[in-house]
Amino acid sequence: MREIPAARIFGVARLLTAALIVALAAAQAFAAERTLKKATLIPLWSPQAQFAGYYTALDKGIYRKHDIDLTIISGGPNYSSATYLAKGKADFALLWLTTALKEQAAGVKLVNIAQIVQKTSIMLIARKSSGIRTPADMNGKKVGLWGGDFAIPPHAFFKKFHIRVHEVPQSYTVNLFLRGGIDVTSAMWYNEYHTIIDSGVDPDALKVFFLKDEGLNLPEDGLYALEKTVNNDPDLAREFVAASLEGWQYAFAHPDEALDIIMKYMRAAKIPANRMHQKWMLARMRDLIMPQGNTAGYGRLARSDYETTARILLDNAVIRKIPPFDSFVWRPDAR
Amino acid sequence: MLADRSIAFKLIFVITLSGTLIFAAVLGYNYYRSRLMLQQELENNARNLALASVYRVDTVLTSVAKVTEGVARSLESGGYTHRQLLSLLRATVRDNREIYGCCAAFEPLTPHARPYGPYFYKQGKTLVYDPEDTFQYLRQDWYQISRELGMAEWTEPYYGDNGANILMATCSVPFYETTNGTRRLKGVVASDVSLEWLTELVASIKVLKTGYAFLLSRNGTIVTHPAKDMIMNETIFSLAEARNDPGLRALGRKMIRGGTDFIPYTDITGRACWLYYAPIPSVGWTLAVVFPEAELLAQVKRLSLTGAAMGMAGILLLTVAVVFIARSITTPLYGLAQATASIAGGDFEVDLPPVRSRDEVGALTTAFQVMKGSLKEYIARLTETTAAKERIESELNIAHDIQMGLLPKNFPPFPERREFDLYALMAPAREVGGDFYDFFLVDDTHLCFVIADVSGKGVPAALFMAMSMTLIKATARQGIAPDEILCRVNGELARDNDSCMFVTTFCGLLDTETGELVYANGGHNPPLHMKRSGGISWLPTSGGVVVGAMEGITYRRERLLLEPDDSLFLYTDGVTEAMDLRDQAFSEERLERTLALLCGSGIRETVTGVMAEVGRFAEGAPQSDDITMMMVLYRG
Repeated sequence: MREIPAARIFGVARLLTAALIVALAAAQAFAAERTLKKATLIPLWSPQAQFAGYYTALDKGIYRKHDIDLTIISGGPNYSSATYLAKGKADFALLWLTTALKEQAAGVKLVNIAQIVQKTSIMLIARKSSGIRTPADMNGKKVGLWGGDFAIPPHAFFKKFHIRVHEVPQSYTVNLFLRGGIDVTSAMWYNEYHTIIDSGVDPDALKVFFLKDEGLNLPEDGLYALEKTVNNDPDLAREFVAASLEGWQYAFAHPDEALDIIMKYMRAAKIPANRMHQKWMLARMRDLIMPQGNTAGYGRLARSDYETTARILLDNAVIRKIPPFDSFVWRPDAR
Repeated sequence: MLADRSIAFKLIFVITLSGTLIFAAVLGYNYYRSRLMLQQELENNARNLALASVYRVDTVLTSVAKVTEGVARSLESGGYTHRQLLSLLRATVRDNREIYGCCAAFEPLTPHARPYGPYFYKQGKTLVYDPEDTFQYLRQDWYQISRELGMAEWTEPYYGDNGANILMATCSVPFYETTNGTRRLKGVVASDVSLEWLTELVASIKVLKTGYAFLLSRNGTIVTHPAKDMIMNETIFSLAEARNDPGLRALGRKMIRGGTDFIPYTDITGRACWLYYAPIPSVGWTLAVVFPEAELLAQVKRLSLTGAAMGMAGILLLTVAVVFIARSITTPLYGLAQATASIAGGDFEVDLPPVRSRDEVGALTTAFQVMKGSLKEYIARLTETTAAKERIESELNIAHDIQMGLLPKNFPPFPERREFDLYALMAPAREVGGDFYDFFLVDDTHLCFVIADVSGKGVPAALFMAMSMTLIKATARQGIAPDEILCRVNGELARDNDSCMFVTTFCGLLDTETGELVYANGGHNPPLHMKRSGGISWLPTSGGVVVGAMEGITYRRERLLLEPDDSLFLYTDGVTEAMDLRDQAFSEERLERTLALLCGSGIRETVTGVMAEVGRFAEGAPQSDDITMMMVLYRG
């Protein structure tokens, strides 16, 4: 009788196993494909490390893992995330808390589903050579201000220190400041500040005023959805928030990989991409998203920050009343 | 280490090493100087190249600025209609090749003013009218910077959004109106310039093979660069940050401040380069030209390599020459060494290497040849001499045997005679000696004994000794007294004694019955009389003349009565004049002391005891004279 070599038996067994695994995987993929929910997110701006968490989650399949087939709408100067959300052109949107409160006051029924950026990154920068050392020194000086909600924190700052400045509308560049056209410029810590440094101005030549350190902490990027969206599919909102937070954690744990991903999306969008700038931005996002002494918890809006922000808006007559915190914030686990 | 090596090796090693070192030093210095010279020339070239390019760029940009300025000034004069403004702008765009588009944007003077900013730009061969219809322009760099600074300014380069991604820059000039003495901003005239021609111009700057130029904006942004990725994405400061290179940041700051310099620089690929930079005055941008050092030095390097190759070949040639010279020296030397070894082994027939040159080696070979001949001759002579010597030695040995045979050597000589005994010993200093002793019975009651020492040594002495001994023996047998014996022998010897040899002789005749000793001394050492009682005394002798020296000598007959058991100790001067290593003689006193110590021993023991004492005294010093001793005992 001829013996069948053991190796051949194993070979056959292996083939069978492999076939089984392929079949199972296909079935799983098919099943997963079936249950994926389509959703869209609009960030505040075109791709950059400010949104590294979402792009990383998208690229690493984290949304997919949470059964979401997400599309990120590439934002930019011509895309308003608030408008997209209000008009239902996006399921989820990144908004500043100030914008969200304004939108709600204007009748848009939106809810905060996660507060990503805990601190305000807005700062005012002056050249030391201009002689500005204290907020009071800004009195009567030319200060560059962005329009819209970006101007709210600086305005609160001027009010707090009782100063009147000569406001100059500020573009998306810092060139006016660099050329000496204005004495003080508005800047995001994670963005324009570094642009100034990388234009050859040394940090020790600058005097900076962090608004978050002046009792004017107006939390910035938060994830918002319309009330009806979360009511229709609370699971989707919950999974979306979980995946987004997971994406940020992954990005912070693997900064180089996250930078590769964000650079890839930037190039695809034909946006000037500077890795060192994005690296700076990602590092600062970590400081803003996971600040020391954050009591509310990762991804949560602190009640005190909410009240401070709403109070400032009320005082500046941007809104007429402060909506209740619990109706403004939607938490799937709270219901 | 080097000391153990061959001359050839030393020569090659030292000369090649020295040659290489000298050559390397010359080559190194040459490389260094050439490099320095090239650097200077390069700096000149770099300056010329960069300044020429700067001039070309500046001319174009200055002309644009002037045209824009002209439009602004003409708008300041006022009194133009909308139509006239449009035709002015249109003409400006149309008539100036470098201007891509031109806009006159007006400042809103009242809160309800409408945006007003007519704008023309080129699209292919046609002009497009595209007026600003929002106040967006109020917060744009080109408007704001001029407005806030109140003067003509160029924007940072940017990608124009009209159509394709074209790198543009805008020159803007504010214009004013003066009413009632107050000067107010009316608006800003802006001319857009496509920077494509500039990019091409900078890209066309080729330095050597891979050298290149790049352009920095006022913010340090890279406007043109062979690495396309970096254009408008990187600033020199972000590069410095990425490379963690504060030096590059400092360099960037100098560059954007309008400096000019020629410095070493490491480019993005990490190559060592030289960098020349100069500002473009009209826009405040910086043109930098990068010269790759490796290429720059390629020629010097090639020259140095050729030089090195030539040097290597030269050193190789030198080595070959040294090897040749070394061999021409060492080969004959080696041959000589081999031949010498053969000669040392005794082979004088070996051929020496032929003399090929008249140099030191030749001289040495010739000297060796002479030495070989001399040695050969010498050895031949030596062999001959040695053979002769051996023959003489063998003859001497025979002579020795004969001489020893002459001396009676059987002791005791007369065993049957109880009344006396006798013992004698002779140790010649050479094969044959001049001493002798003899004894014989003249008749039944008379014993004659003789001890003598011939003048000189060796064969003549031995022959004279044999003659003397025979004469004495023959004469003594006639039964005459010792003095008479000496007298006659003297007569015989002295006659025809041309060699003037002589012999000291002591001759005694003992009456064996009475103990009476009759003796005569012919110049010999007096014997010692050893009494039975233990006393030792020198035998009184008249000290006669030596025998054989001259004719007609008479000797005194002397007498002594020996008591029973008295003995006589006779010796030659070989005993008392035996020398030790310090050239001190054994002496009569020491002999007397030695005999006193040996008193009571038998005659044989006494004689051999003295002999042993003399040997001990000499401490191995060679025996210089024959030693002879004889002892006669009278028992009664």
